[in-house]
Amino acid sequence: MEHPYAITLDVGTSLANHTGSWRTKRPVYVDRLPPCNAACPAGENIQAWLFRAESGDYEAAWRKLTENNPLPAIMGRVCYHPCQGACNRGEVDEAVGINSVERFLGDEALKQGWGFDKPETESGKRVLIVGAGPSGLSAAYHLRRLGHQVTIKEAGPLPGGMMRFGIPKYRLPREIIDGEVKRITDMGVAIEYGVKVDDIAETMREGRFDAAFLAVGAHIAKRAYIPAGAAARVLDAVSVLHSMEDGEKPMLGRRVVVYGGGNTALDVARTAKRLGAEEAVIVYRRTRDKMPAHDFELEEALQEGVLVKWLSTIRNVEEGEITVERMELDASGFPQPTGEIETLATDSVVLALGQDVDLSLLDNVPGLEIDKGVVKVGPNMMTGAPGIFAGGDMVPSERTVTVAVGHGKKAARHIDAWLRGETYEPAEKHELASFDKLNTWYYDDAPRTIQPVLADVRRTSTFEEVVGGLDETNALYEARRCLSCGNCFECDNCYGVCPDNSVIKLGPGNRFKFNYDYCKGCGVCAAECPCGAIQMVPEAI
Amino acid sequence: MEKDNPMTSETTPGDGVQKLHFYQKGTFTVGNRLVSSDERSVQSSIDRSNALTCGHRACQGCGEALGARYAIDTAMEAAGGNLIAVNATGCLEVFTTPYPESAWQLPWLHSLFGNAAAVATGVAAAMRVKGRREVRVVAQGGDGGTTDIGLQCLSGMFERNDDVLYICYDNEGYMNTGVQRSSATPPAARTATTPVLGDEPGNVFGTGKSVPKIAVAHEIPYVATATVADLRDLEAKVKKAMSIHGARYIQIDVPCPLGWGAASHETIHLARLAVETGFYPIFEAEHGRVTSVRKIRHQVPVTEYLKLQKRFAHLFKGDKVDPRVARLQARCDANIAEYGLLDAA
Repeated sequence: MEHPYAITLDVGTSLANHTGSWRTKRPVYVDRLPPCNAACPAGENIQAWLFRAESGDYEAAWRKLTENNPLPAIMGRVCYHPCQGACNRGEVDEAVGINSVERFLGDEALKQGWGFDKPETESGKRVLIVGAGPSGLSAAYHLRRLGHQVTIKEAGPLPGGMMRFGIPKYRLPREIIDGEVKRITDMGVAIEYGVKVDDIAETMREGRFDAAFLAVGAHIAKRAYIPAGAAARVLDAVSVLHSMEDGEKPMLGRRVVVYGGGNTALDVARTAKRLGAEEAVIVYRRTRDKMPAHDFELEEALQEGVLVKWLSTIRNVEEGEITVERMELDASGFPQPTGEIETLATDSVVLALGQDVDLSLLDNVPGLEIDKGVVKVGPNMMTGAPGIFAGGDMVPSERTVTVAVGHGKKAARHIDAWLRGETYEPAEKHELASFDKLNTWYYDDAPRTIQPVLADVRRTSTFEEVVGGLDETNALYEARRCLSCGNCFECDNCYGVCPDNSVIKLGPGNRFKFNYDYCKGCGVCAAECPCGAIQMVPEAI
Repeated sequence: MEKDNPMTSETTPGDGVQKLHFYQKGTFTVGNRLVSSDERSVQSSIDRSNALTCGHRACQGCGEALGARYAIDTAMEAAGGNLIAVNATGCLEVFTTPYPESAWQLPWLHSLFGNAAAVATGVAAAMRVKGRREVRVVAQGGDGGTTDIGLQCLSGMFERNDDVLYICYDNEGYMNTGVQRSSATPPAARTATTPVLGDEPGNVFGTGKSVPKIAVAHEIPYVATATVADLRDLEAKVKKAMSIHGARYIQIDVPCPLGWGAASHETIHLARLAVETGFYPIFEAEHGRVTSVRKIRHQVPVTEYLKLQKRFAHLFKGDKVDPRVARLQARCDANIAEYGLLDAA
């Protein structure tokens, strides 16, 4: 080519100039672990199902959710949502109402009749599950999905365990339990009711089971020695709540005293109110901040007119009245008696002092270890007896429905591996997407959609649900408040803000990739990524 | 009435940026999968023209390279690709077009340092004579080529109401020649010609000029300031300017990591702080009158902006804070009062 005077080079594009060679750090797309997922005892992939809910694809969201937890409508009502306590949005305005969206998805699934797929192949293995409570049902679901034959033997007449016989109707309507259990039995899980397993080894032999998961819960009420007159009416919380389900309503009288400070004590007091008690008084030996019950439940109970006598113990129960002693906290926070006595008029006393596990079915199992009334299990949920796993309230843990569901899933994975003669190795966890990894400028400010709360009056007079659900528009709004911590949500920020045009957009669902031929490593993409899904990594020079 | 579909009822095309409020993740980001395609920014599109493409030699994290692609891609879309750019001498010219390479993907002319506005006027006249009414013309330059050297030609272009959109990428100094002071350099800033020497080191208070105000005083059809920290606002302004014929002026705040002494990844953050402190007021004016301002979202004190930049480091040396920091804060406060940048509490 002829060049003009003093010109020696052909003209061309700057694309010949690979500026990537300037780079000392390279941006890399990463998936970090959202704090909600990290906090979920059931191991739900919350960010992933919210992501699907945000686009209005509720069925896909529900299917993503139920990969880990088959009971979203139940969970959306009774879970104490540690996810929301961990939610990064809490540092911007208020935590995302994850629990209410979960409930919306669970209810939507029941309404639309979405079901679980049956396994594609059958393993031919048989697994026995003892107890149809949350951990038993969860294990059954996950084992069935993995192709195993599952039989649940349940001592009670109906499924749900403590969800049915311990949690009052106004918090968890029974048709919700029935609906979610039916989906599991529709997959081919058999549940035998009214079958109490007395000897696990014998039952396994008889039924030719290859493995067993024990999830009998903790149904025996703890007692405390309280001197009581012959005519005094002293009941325990477990049987009061249980009898609410048997048709025979417990006779509590006009004035009811509940002894204890856990969620069960609140459940009983609120139930007593609904049964017509004029006065329901909780007697608790310590202070409000020491109370094991969740504060929001206490708040709801107080709003309904439940009274609490703090720093008090029951000394004596007679017909029609109790003697109460005032306590004082010592330096280490333990209540100490003061000798100050008063009497309270009452028709009945309900003890809500915790529950023990009925361990009789384990009598003939060699190798199995019991410690402080619960069964010892390894990290794989297996007891000392090979092939016998256990979870839920009968093993050492926090006793919540969500923890139980998590145990069921974890046990199912280990049982599945054990049946194949392998060990289950969980995938390594990603780095936590902590708040400092986010650029919250890009998120709009928005308050949480508050779950509508029924009027106090209406609430105390019936067993209707106390906390209402979201409808579609506000569920969608709530889902969209998710910050998508640590996981790309395709906001195009990196694609837009690169001064060197070195981010390649791969189209919807396919995210982006870097063009390292030209990326100079300035780090603007990582700094401006709202959700912390880009990491700057030093180049090996 | 039937229940509205939330996917469509909350946002309708043309309702603009505010309606995007519903999308918690789409209001301030470049794009969002939940927003309908006609509401997305030009920059979020796979089909953007990339008028300024890869391989250019701007520094890491260059605000000007980013601002130029934002602005010219939007103008390209508005003009249906029929766009000619005239470029004053300066960083933008030097780093995009070291002969024989060019990073521009549109017809592009390099003028002298001071005459981009006059050359663009000539290009517009030529197009008119040729009957090519559909071809639009932009002139662009840095603050040096605009506020100092090119002001006379620019004023002429304004005064004659020539059909040119002039875009000034304001990085507050002569950066490619070694960071010298321009009339857009803020007070107290260190440059090669306003060194950290004497009682009051850095650029002198009471000097400099506001070319946006000068442009407004010409009563031309459209004047706007914009920032690389707010892409949607920038795109809306370029789009609006392109819908108008006559003289138009847009000045974009483009942080310079090299000249300002800032980390390369802070470019957009700095531009954002310039807006949120009131340091760089973002407004629009039509025919001599200010018609809208971009409100401060989360106000921050000016120190947060200054401390990230080495050009202001001398203000924070030792135990004592230089009293001129208060004067810079007063400048921000005056901007906030003049343009009404804060909503009444």
